[in-house]
Amino acid sequence: MEVVYLDNAATSFPKPEATLEAMMRYQRAIGGSPGRSGHRLSIEAGRVVLDTRDTLARLFNVEDPLRIVFTKNATEALNIALIGLLRPGDHAITTGMEHNAVMRPLRFLASRGVELSVVPCSDRGELDPEDIRAAFRTNTRAVVLTHASNVTGTIMPVQEIGVLTRERGDMVLCVDAAQTAGALPVDVEAMAVDLLAFTGHKSLYGPQGTGGLYIRKGLDEKIAPLMRGGTGSRSEFEDQPDFMPDKYESGTPNTIGLAGLGAGAAFILEQGVEAVREKEEALTRRFLHHLQDLRGDVTVYGPPAAQKRIPLISFNLRDITPSDAALYLDEQWGIMCRPGLHCAPAAHRTIGTFPQGTVRFSFGFFNTEEHVDLAAEALRRLLRG
Amino acid sequence: MTREDPFGVVLFESVSHALRAEKIIKAENIPCKLIPVPRQLSSDCGICLRFSTLHKEQVESALAGKLDFFEVALL
Repeated sequence: MEVVYLDNAATSFPKPEATLEAMMRYQRAIGGSPGRSGHRLSIEAGRVVLDTRDTLARLFNVEDPLRIVFTKNATEALNIALIGLLRPGDHAITTGMEHNAVMRPLRFLASRGVELSVVPCSDRGELDPEDIRAAFRTNTRAVVLTHASNVTGTIMPVQEIGVLTRERGDMVLCVDAAQTAGALPVDVEAMAVDLLAFTGHKSLYGPQGTGGLYIRKGLDEKIAPLMRGGTGSRSEFEDQPDFMPDKYESGTPNTIGLAGLGAGAAFILEQGVEAVREKEEALTRRFLHHLQDLRGDVTVYGPPAAQKRIPLISFNLRDITPSDAALYLDEQWGIMCRPGLHCAPAAHRTIGTFPQGTVRFSFGFFNTEEHVDLAAEALRRLLRG
Repeated sequence: MTREDPFGVVLFESVSHALRAEKIIKAENIPCKLIPVPRQLSSDCGICLRFSTLHKEQVESALAGKLDFFEVALL
């Protein structure tokens, strides 16, 4: 049985050959520790890491690549941003659609004296920017939100919110792009994003264990690092460097992973984010049409139009639990999907699927119309019993 | 550029800066090479960018406004 992988929102699979080749090339032919020595293999490893920074800077329209800090995932990036920035007495605003990567650090900070407002969203996961503005207080320091929900796929109005936070001047817009970096156009200038957290192993087609944080110029002065340690720079001093990106990059980095991430991101740049988006949106539209035929038996969450969502569809099947459906799809059809709560209890409360969750299909660059049609056929058979 | 030419080095805050500078200088077709920072300049374990003194002005103007660097030293 051929495996049909429809869990790309958890991690994309397969990866482009270029990702694997770059990782093999690094470990076979380079292998040095970047920034730790002056020999040619160390310098070449440093070039690998810098090339990845450059590629991501192009992808996100970041002028200075050194404003991008590498982390092991979006979660670590969000923790650096939120725990480093917010102080007791500050007010932060987030939404009712957040993943725990945002919600748990914010709840932790709330227990330490940060004021937190969670702005509700519609049962389709849609956010009205005016509700964000209505939550502003004199001490509001940051608006923190996902670029697109990992539960409903709803694309959030980040650009509109960027206009609001920019009007306030001292307010920081922190965006969780775990689901969108590489899948939707992300432009930190046009969207007025001050902090952008991304992961490498989803729509950037790098390996797991890679991610990063873009920090707008000047904002690093207000963000304490989460970890301190060796950076290969200023080795004569025992204080942490205060410059980007070393301030936030202590310890030997995941160079082999970053080699893969650079190749994955370059693959997306070659295809063009718009072309990737067009392809994935078409697959999403096709699957939504199939579900339309099953509407008596299927509840679909999120916006009805494919262009308002990332290539991800959450649904429930009549009286069949998500976990039973997922097991059937895996065992009988070789279809990999994700059942349950998707690490986002707030979002499930918003759309009314807490605690049972949903079945989630998420498409990636390597999915085809045949995959979509097979998945729909499998659901038809399951519903027929 | 041979080793015997009088040369200068540009010192940077970090290896990332040095690597970026190398890209910028090479894009201008100015010969340069990344080397460990000479001991007489710093005990740092970092690298610096070596160039022929003939190209000092070109190196400085190529980097100006694009990248912060500590200093340009002639050896």
